[in-house]
Amino acid sequence: MTSSVAPFLIFYAGALLMAVTKGRIRQMLMLAIPIVGAWNLYTLPTDTVMTWQVFDYTLTVFQADRMSLLFGYLFHLAAFLGAIYSIHVKDVGETSSAALYAGSALGAVFAGDMIILFIFWEMLAITSIFLIVARRTERANAAALRYIIVQVLSGVILLAGILLRLHDTGSIAFTHIGLDGTLGSQLIFLAFGIKCAFPLLHNWLTDAYPEATPTGMVFLSAFTTKVAVYALARSYAGTEILVYIGAAMAMFPIFYATIENDLRRVLGYSMINQIGFMVVGIGLGTELAINGAIAHAFNDVIFKALLLMTMGAVLHRTGKINGSDLGGLYKSMPLTTIFCIIGAASISAVPLFSGFVSKSMIMVAALEGHHDIVWLLLLFASAGVMEHAGIKIPFFAFFAHDSGIRCKEAPTNMLIAMGLAAVICIFNGTYPWLLYSVLPYPVDYAPFTAPHVLTQMQLLLFSALAFTVLKLTKVYPPELPGINIDAEWAYRMGLPRAINAFKRAFAPVDKTVRTIGLGLVNSMISTVFRHHGPDGALARTTLVGSMVQWVVVLLGVYLMLFLIGNS
Amino acid sequence: MSEKKHMFDNPKNVQRVIRGLYIACAVVFAADFFVHRHVDHPWESLFGFYGIYGFITFSILVLVSKELRKILMRKEDYYDK
Repeated sequence: MTSSVAPFLIFYAGALLMAVTKGRIRQMLMLAIPIVGAWNLYTLPTDTVMTWQVFDYTLTVFQADRMSLLFGYLFHLAAFLGAIYSIHVKDVGETSSAALYAGSALGAVFAGDMIILFIFWEMLAITSIFLIVARRTERANAAALRYIIVQVLSGVILLAGILLRLHDTGSIAFTHIGLDGTLGSQLIFLAFGIKCAFPLLHNWLTDAYPEATPTGMVFLSAFTTKVAVYALARSYAGTEILVYIGAAMAMFPIFYATIENDLRRVLGYSMINQIGFMVVGIGLGTELAINGAIAHAFNDVIFKALLLMTMGAVLHRTGKINGSDLGGLYKSMPLTTIFCIIGAASISAVPLFSGFVSKSMIMVAALEGHHDIVWLLLLFASAGVMEHAGIKIPFFAFFAHDSGIRCKEAPTNMLIAMGLAAVICIFNGTYPWLLYSVLPYPVDYAPFTAPHVLTQMQLLLFSALAFTVLKLTKVYPPELPGINIDAEWAYRMGLPRAINAFKRAFAPVDKTVRTIGLGLVNSMISTVFRHHGPDGALARTTLVGSMVQWVVVLLGVYLMLFLIGNS
Repeated sequence: MSEKKHMFDNPKNVQRVIRGLYIACAVVFAADFFVHRHVDHPWESLFGFYGIYGFITFSILVLVSKELRKILMRKEDYYDK
């Protein structure tokens, strides 16, 4: 049996069904959608091309190759894990929009041309916003508003780029573009860069994601940025500037992550850091580097989801997520603790955990491309990952000083989702060859050589040693309540301040103009009042009798003048 | 009724973890003697390079971040005012 249904349609139809059902039926739908979707994708012949005729244009709604299929299955997997994790959620808006959001990501990766990509690019923005506002706090609403402005802006820039490119080349193909000096190619690059969280364009992520619901952030982490990574890999592979952008993305968030108190925001910075490694791989553009970037995207979706699920469980049970409020939770949530450590080991690229088999490909590719400084920076960033995700997240949530919080272990559905994600992390880490076999290019890379394993263990163990020494000597900074200003300051504080400063500078001018204007109006009113007011000459009431008397007088004067004139 | 004693309530267990880490570090550092590494970057040929680099960069990261806090940190309601 072969299918001919576009993958996104199953999620869109499922979301509609979820909106009109409730209870057990909706829960079954939540789980069934990704399973049916994956089955549909499996039975869909890979050479299928689905088109849609709009006026004179033929739009390609579905087209698959090795890379889009890998992302397609990955998104089904992420949606399935997310569905299990959020099966208890009763908010119909949140559950339906999660399905719409996952469907939009599928629509984007299977888009056969740029117009279809643009449509799903905007759908990703619109559908995901409900996962943030479902938190139902004022902060979440404000962050969601800022989020949607940035996301829609990215879409508008993308559309402008597509139209310019259509004008220049006559093509809307979603294929290699590269920075060829045309404005169109630069605008598309910028649009991808915004969604990919390039440095200075990144704050929408760390601002809005941590304000989402505990379940919402798990979905959010999987789709938007990975669609952007996919789009970059498709259209800008081998663009050298990406190597440096990626290195900057891997580097700067580790400093913020170290001093950030909100542990889900730490993971937000961590997302940018991990995407940095992928962007470096895409920029290097060799087969090994692209394979590494795509493999790392796959692993990152799973281990980042796992880490966010553990932090979501902590937030769900305790209502707290700041490092300064937590600690000692291993006593109450032992299973969640173990899953968190597995996620931490995976992101830190401990051998036999998933991050190791993919990140090392990018590192080796950087050395082979003679990007020595970038390689040293990535190595620095790897120690940084160990710091904020490998140690800080599990340590301050589950160990450190006992916060005295005693709560229940995470709900069963959350534990199942975390357990499955942990199994995938360990499976990909110990048996990477299945993942390697579905990468875009043939893999000729051996991850478990003695030097690879040894050097990585040296890096990680000595990083842990540094942490221990700094902690024992009390040099390590404590978790403190507070926020850290970032590039977002420009539009959250700088812009309002500039507007206020402009208002202040303009106020005296404005006041003078208004005073003069008011004076003119006042003097006009008083002139009118003088003539037409109660005592004004032109407003006096006069008796008919006196009018007649005056007419008689006038006529008398006229008669006299007449007589005088004739005499 | 007092609460059940947990693993790390006993400082001895914390000491055991730390000692285990020291031993593991010593082992992987010494293993550099025995494993012949292919070297792509000149620094890699330095004995124990990855361990030293990890220790130093981790420390730099923490110390720099700590200083950055003085510049970047604001009260939690900074943007809400």
